[in-house]
Amino acid sequence: MSEITDLLPCPEPVQLLAADGTAVPPTEQARERGYAMPAPEDLLAVWRAMVIGRRFDAQATALTKQGRLAVYPSSRGQDACQVAPILALGEQDWLFPTYRDSMALVTHGIDPVEVLTLLRGDWHCGYDPQARRTAPQCTPLATQAVHAAGAAHGLARRGTDALALCLIGDGATSEGDFHEGLNFAAVFEAPAVFLVQNNKYAISVPLAKQTKAPALAYKGVGYGVRSEQVDGNDPAAVLAVMRAAYEHTRAGHGPVLVEAHTYRMEAHTNADDATRYRTQDEVDEWTGQDPIVRLQAYLVGQGHLDDARIEQVRAEAEDLAADLRTRMNAEPAVEPLELFEHVYAEPTPQLAEQRELVRHELAASASAAHGGTETKDTQ
Amino acid sequence: MSTSTTTYAKALNTALRDALTADPDVLIMGEDVGALGGVFRITDGLTRDFGEDRCIDTPLAEAGIAGFAVGLAMQGFRPVVEMQFDAFGYPAFEQVTSHIAKMRNRTRGALPMPIVIRIPYAGGIGGVEHHCDSSEGYYVHTPGLHVVTPATPADAYSLLRESIESDDPVIFMEPKSQYYSKAELELPTTTEPIGRSAVRREGSDVTLVTYGPQLATALKVAEVAAAEEDWDVEVVDLRTLVPFDDAGVEASVRKTGRAVVLAEAQSFAGMGAEIAARVQERCFHSLAAPVLRVSGLDIPYPPPKLEHTHLPGVDRILDTIARLQWDDEPDHTHTPAEVSA
Repeated sequence: MSEITDLLPCPEPVQLLAADGTAVPPTEQARERGYAMPAPEDLLAVWRAMVIGRRFDAQATALTKQGRLAVYPSSRGQDACQVAPILALGEQDWLFPTYRDSMALVTHGIDPVEVLTLLRGDWHCGYDPQARRTAPQCTPLATQAVHAAGAAHGLARRGTDALALCLIGDGATSEGDFHEGLNFAAVFEAPAVFLVQNNKYAISVPLAKQTKAPALAYKGVGYGVRSEQVDGNDPAAVLAVMRAAYEHTRAGHGPVLVEAHTYRMEAHTNADDATRYRTQDEVDEWTGQDPIVRLQAYLVGQGHLDDARIEQVRAEAEDLAADLRTRMNAEPAVEPLELFEHVYAEPTPQLAEQRELVRHELAASASAAHGGTETKDTQ
Repeated sequence: MSTSTTTYAKALNTALRDALTADPDVLIMGEDVGALGGVFRITDGLTRDFGEDRCIDTPLAEAGIAGFAVGLAMQGFRPVVEMQFDAFGYPAFEQVTSHIAKMRNRTRGALPMPIVIRIPYAGGIGGVEHHCDSSEGYYVHTPGLHVVTPATPADAYSLLRESIESDDPVIFMEPKSQYYSKAELELPTTTEPIGRSAVRREGSDVTLVTYGPQLATALKVAEVAAAEEDWDVEVVDLRTLVPFDDAGVEASVRKTGRAVVLAEAQSFAGMGAEIAARVQERCFHSLAAPVLRVSGLDIPYPPPKLEHTHLPGVDRILDTIARLQWDDEPDHTHTPAEVSA
């Protein structure tokens, strides 16, 4: 059993950059845990991915207005959490995202169209999870926490030093599977890191109605899981804390829980009306905490970033958005008979019968569409 | 090689043992499956012989166990999960229905779920509440799952081996009243594959379609029916509920012209209803009487001293067979006079 002091999070969220982009000296405890200002090139990579990620996010929201996506849950404001933990992953690591982590998946190098397949509606998971080492985006809450624990244990059993990163929201920490995931990971000493993006709302319900815990990070301590909390709008701190967490778990010391304090700038989805449950003053206050503004100010101030580079990345982000628009404006091809292909390795006789039924229905409607003289099905 | 007397429980234990030997990716997981060998001793000796790394005592959390198995399956393992009792499997319901059943489909085949979930189910053992549910209906209603329920020691061995080798998830339902049933058997053995029913007793007058915990009762009924009523009862053991053996059931019913569906589970909207509907749809012109069901009552599983009222017994089944319009006369069971009486 670990010493409780090793498990406890820092009393205040770890911060390396203030909201105005000035460097904040780490506390003594933060220094002891190895949270130092990352190298400029790493911060530049995080900044670039956030700029591109946010443009992707805005484009996805726009696509809902054009009817190209059924729905889109934005992660604007959580950009640091969507980007820094992903860039710090190794090649062999596995990612367990939720429906709000599309920006993280784009950062992970997955084609944005494949990321949005779920929300466009032509299949459930648009990318190959095995090839991308990324589970399908999880819509049920917290169920992916136990998957991550199991996968992490499996990775360790295979003798690799790969880890599993589980992304999760503040509301989902009330679900049983969150606790079972932490407990299983701890008991099996699995190389798993759980990142709670505490964006303050579960759809409309504020954190105060979700928990009486002093911080969500404390929920790890009862399971013997090393826990930490970080300013989730501070990209430098998120990167430093996540790297330390990965190092800890890769070294075989068991799982880590990190709570990132952040804010969901948009409503739950485009279909939600956030004015019913929060004030504009509150939103404005968080606008002043913007992670991209913060890191950009630091990098410019330190002379690592100039207008030319900013313009270059902005253009890169526009190119991605334009490409996404073009490709999403094409109507995706769907194949009704594929509905039967992946239910089982081989369709059951009953499914094979239903497939024949659909095949006949399709043939009949194709024939009717081509002016066939067949009598119309009574449907 | 000679045969020896083998219980259903021992056949399962041997199947797990042989699967662990055959494939290093097979892992056994559950509550008390380690040193104790499971509350029914199905995993007896496996931790001792294969190590606690292969036969794993997990924390006591069924959703966690099932979800952990999902993660392991993503890494190429073949978890064999034991749910301690039928009703204790309910906390895992979301993991089973939303993830284990759907993962292959969601991912276009990229993440198959070669997971077996063993569930001791049904009653007849004097168990207290929450230990005797017939929960198969929940699983058969979920696309993506295979549901297998062996009724004999030979099938227990063979179907469990096949389930573990399957790339699809299998809900493996073990009628706990049959754990100590015996057969003269040589292991390993291979019986008919998943998806095929078996005729356990040939007959010419009526087909009794059953599975799992009720096969033994069905065979008893057939003997009594032959001796006392001169009915020649054919007994079909489904063995697998999903995929369902329409062809096997159909062949039997077409031959006999009458069908009774026997399931221990509560009746309403259950497996028995599905079987009756399928037989009626496929065999209508061969039927001399309506397809009837015999089942448990539509009540929560009763306390032990009342379970024999609930369970379909020989008399209830014979009474049902008697209603199959043997004299080509209308069925008087439900005449208005009786209903109003």
